[in-house]
Amino acid sequence: MLAQVEVSLTPTWYLVLAAMIFAIGAVGLLIRRNPLVMFMCVELMLNAVTLTFVSFSRALDDVGGQVFVFFVLVVAAAEVVVGLALVVAIMRRRQGADADDLSLMRG
Amino acid sequence: MRVEMFTFLLAGLICLGGALGVVLFRNTVHNALSLVATLFGVAVLFIAQEAYFLAAVQVIVYAGAIVILFLFVIMLLGVDRADQMGVDPIVGQRTAAVVFGVAILGLSLVALLSGPEVVTGTPATTAALSSDIPDVNQIGEALFTDYVFAFEITAVLLTIAVVGAVVLARRSDGPVIDEDEFDGTALDALALEEPSDVGDPDQDTADGADPGSGADETDPDDLEEASR
Amino acid sequence: MADVLWLIPALPLAGFVLLMAFGRRLGDPLAGVVGTLTVAGSFVVSLFALFDLNSLPTDERVVQQTLFTWIPAGGFSVDIGFLSDPLTITMCLFITGIAALIHLYSIGYMAGDENYSKFFVYLNLFVASMLLLVLGDNLLLTFLGWEGVGACSYLLISFWFTDEANASAGKKAFVTNRIGDFGFMVGTFLVWMTLGSINYLEINERVHGGIAAGTATAIVLLFFLAATGKSAQLPLFVWLPDAMAGPTPVSALIHAATMVTSGIFLLTRLNPLLEEAGWANDVIAWVGLATALVAALAAVAQNDIKKVLAYSTISQLGYMFLAVGSGAFVAGVFHMITHAFFKALLFLGSGAVIAAMAHEQDMRRYGNLRKYLPITTVTFVVGWLAISGVPPFAGFWSKDEVLAAAWDNGPAGPVMWAIGVVIALLTAFYMTRLVAMTFFGGKERWREPEELPTDPAEAAAAEHEAYEDAPDAHGHHLTPEHTPREPNWTMTVPLVVLGVFATVIGLINLPFGEKVDYLADWLDPTLAHAHEALSAGILAVLAAVAIVVAVVGIAVAWRVYAQHKGSPEKIELPAFEHALYIDDTYAAVVGGPGEAAFDGVATFDSEVVDGAVNGVGRLTQLTGRAVSVFQSGFVRAYALAVAGGAVVLLVFVVMRMSSS
Repeated sequence: MLAQVEVSLTPTWYLVLAAMIFAIGAVGLLIRRNPLVMFMCVELMLNAVTLTFVSFSRALDDVGGQVFVFFVLVVAAAEVVVGLALVVAIMRRRQGADADDLSLMRG
Repeated sequence: MRVEMFTFLLAGLICLGGALGVVLFRNTVHNALSLVATLFGVAVLFIAQEAYFLAAVQVIVYAGAIVILFLFVIMLLGVDRADQMGVDPIVGQRTAAVVFGVAILGLSLVALLSGPEVVTGTPATTAALSSDIPDVNQIGEALFTDYVFAFEITAVLLTIAVVGAVVLARRSDGPVIDEDEFDGTALDALALEEPSDVGDPDQDTADGADPGSGADETDPDDLEEASR
Repeated sequence: MADVLWLIPALPLAGFVLLMAFGRRLGDPLAGVVGTLTVAGSFVVSLFALFDLNSLPTDERVVQQTLFTWIPAGGFSVDIGFLSDPLTITMCLFITGIAALIHLYSIGYMAGDENYSKFFVYLNLFVASMLLLVLGDNLLLTFLGWEGVGACSYLLISFWFTDEANASAGKKAFVTNRIGDFGFMVGTFLVWMTLGSINYLEINERVHGGIAAGTATAIVLLFFLAATGKSAQLPLFVWLPDAMAGPTPVSALIHAATMVTSGIFLLTRLNPLLEEAGWANDVIAWVGLATALVAALAAVAQNDIKKVLAYSTISQLGYMFLAVGSGAFVAGVFHMITHAFFKALLFLGSGAVIAAMAHEQDMRRYGNLRKYLPITTVTFVVGWLAISGVPPFAGFWSKDEVLAAAWDNGPAGPVMWAIGVVIALLTAFYMTRLVAMTFFGGKERWREPEELPTDPAEAAAAEHEAYEDAPDAHGHHLTPEHTPREPNWTMTVPLVVLGVFATVIGLINLPFGEKVDYLADWLDPTLAHAHEALSAGILAVLAAVAIVVAVVGIAVAWRVYAQHKGSPEKIELPAFEHALYIDDTYAAVVGGPGEAAFDGVATFDSEVVDGAVNGVGRLTQLTGRAVSVFQSGFVRAYALAVAGGAVVLLVFVVMRMSSS
């Protein structure tokens, strides 16, 4: 008989999951060249962070963490709006440009 | 406890799978749909932690608005083709990315797992999260008392973002010039070229599905018209 | 009443602003009327301030009005504040009084000038700056006024700037004054360092026992350098003769009556400092004396009527410095006042002559003008007698007092006095020469055909002369058929008023005992009175000698220039005409070795200094180019760098965790 190991669900589980999502998002941001996908990866990382915020909020009984998530959402929305507008503006001039094509600012 | 664990594991798997999908799928539409999966999983995890309001916002704003916006732009620009994933043009970028990603994950895990199994820190004294009051009430109260200034600033931020988006995405009136052509040697060539002929020939052949490809040799305004 | 002290400079300043805004619209002569009225108002306020101050007990005749703090900087703080004491009010009275008269005169003199309103803009700004200089209760405020009058002087000398000579005369005045300003600034710094204040009252309070004699000497010498610039003394007097390129009212107001006396005012203001300064006083006295002598010699041989008066001004200023250096501040101020009146009178008179003679300034083409210009002649004669030291005109009393002070100045006193008497003789001589050549002498020389000089040197001189005359001529030409006419009332009224004052102003300080030296009594709270009064017997002898000398000088000159006996060439040496070649020497030095030195400095600047600067720039550029490798332009490379940073941060966190 296997000993019944009762594993309790501590906040650490959530934090580990958030770290994994964050790492995946970071790697994606670094290796993908399509600006749209890069934005999605940024969203992934933001979501990982919001998840930690909510976990800490629950663990520490602090409503501030959840308020922060709210603000992160707003900033993410703003960022996506401007970012996609940029993508539209760029794509209009150069069909199918990716992030590496936009290297005019190199030193 | 079983149910909670089950929920967590299921939602966590959805999240991870979605995240991997975002990074690994080649088709942009698939990436976007994978993102929805992750966002949904995160929303479930919010509910598991009794953050009902945020879960709702997550679904409505992220899945409902932001991802739709992504898909909209994908359709608008017709870039839903496969990415060239074969080789990275920046030398060592991919290796370094993987190394750094593993390092971030590994170091985070070390930090998380080597410590005690509970979160350390000081519990809130001023705005304690109470399970008696609905969380939307508590967030609302915090937003309009302690964080009211930040709240107003975010309103300004959103307004600026909207204005910026409109300005950026607006159709410009002047002749369209690709700034990338300005790299010294190309300047003279540009002067000899027809000002309207700015389409990149490499891109034309690369993708037959490009809805703008039929209008490639025409005026760039028409080209924009077509991509609309 | 003291609280309206600020009105004294504020009124001309308001006039300046008003004329600046609407001057062109007001036009000729309304702009001049506005300018005159503001200065006249300022004179009225000064009168009130005088009565107000006079009603106070003698010991309390110091009123300070602080408007606001100008520069609060830690322990250093400067107020915009005005100081009213007998000295400043005396200065204010004669500045505003004479300025009002000269404004009135300018209404007529400048009539028809295309920049009519601009002239009054500058003139009002000048009066405001001068009053600020006098009324300011600290060195910095005085410096503000000091620079203000300098700027106005520059603007007004080159008022007819379309002529190259006028513009360069203005530049010369400005640059020469800058050398003096350097002394003012360093002096102010030194005062602040040693005494911890630049407020006059505090300086004069702390100076006794609070300062080493060497420091005091250095400070006084620095301020004297400033004074030699502004008051045209050796070695910086060279700008004043050229400054005559400006319109004649400007010469009268700025370069004779007021601005050039600000150096004397400054030293008088700081008289407790001078008392501590030891041998610096001797330097002041001797430099003043030397300047007076050189300028008097130069005045003997000038043919331009304004140049004679310019050198005469320098010479009289030298007298004032002689008095100040001898510790006789009252005598210095007294001579400053009388000189302001009679020199303004003489300049305005010469302006009337110049205007009547179609802007010809060469005295060799004047003669017998008394027939045509009766009022000008009478007032000019009054001025002539005043400056020559003939009793009872104003100049006699003040000059006598200065000479008496020189006599009393230590062991070298009699020598100084003797030189002073020689200068008095020369003064009487050259002024008589001027008057005789201009108003008397029987011949109306402009009616004679212009003789062509045969001697080449003389031809060159004539050419030079013509060049010098050009400034004021602007379009006019003196023809043999010309008939001079007396100018209108705006020009004659100031002449008459100044003539009356030049006659009687000496009465404010008569040497006949304690009861009649009103000025000395009045200035007593402000000015140290170091000297014991000389005995009446010595005074009488000195005065008698002075009278005799004046009469001799007049008689000799009259014989040569009015009665045409004896040849002027024996007296008018070329060396005198060129003011002992001091100006020419400066020009040669600055133009020759000086220029080479400047070129060297310029080379040093362009090669070494600029090289260092450019080197730093190039170094930065190279570094930038080397570092710009990291700016690949690929946004993902930047993201990679950020990720690397995150990794480093995490390593740091983990290490801290493990160590704790």
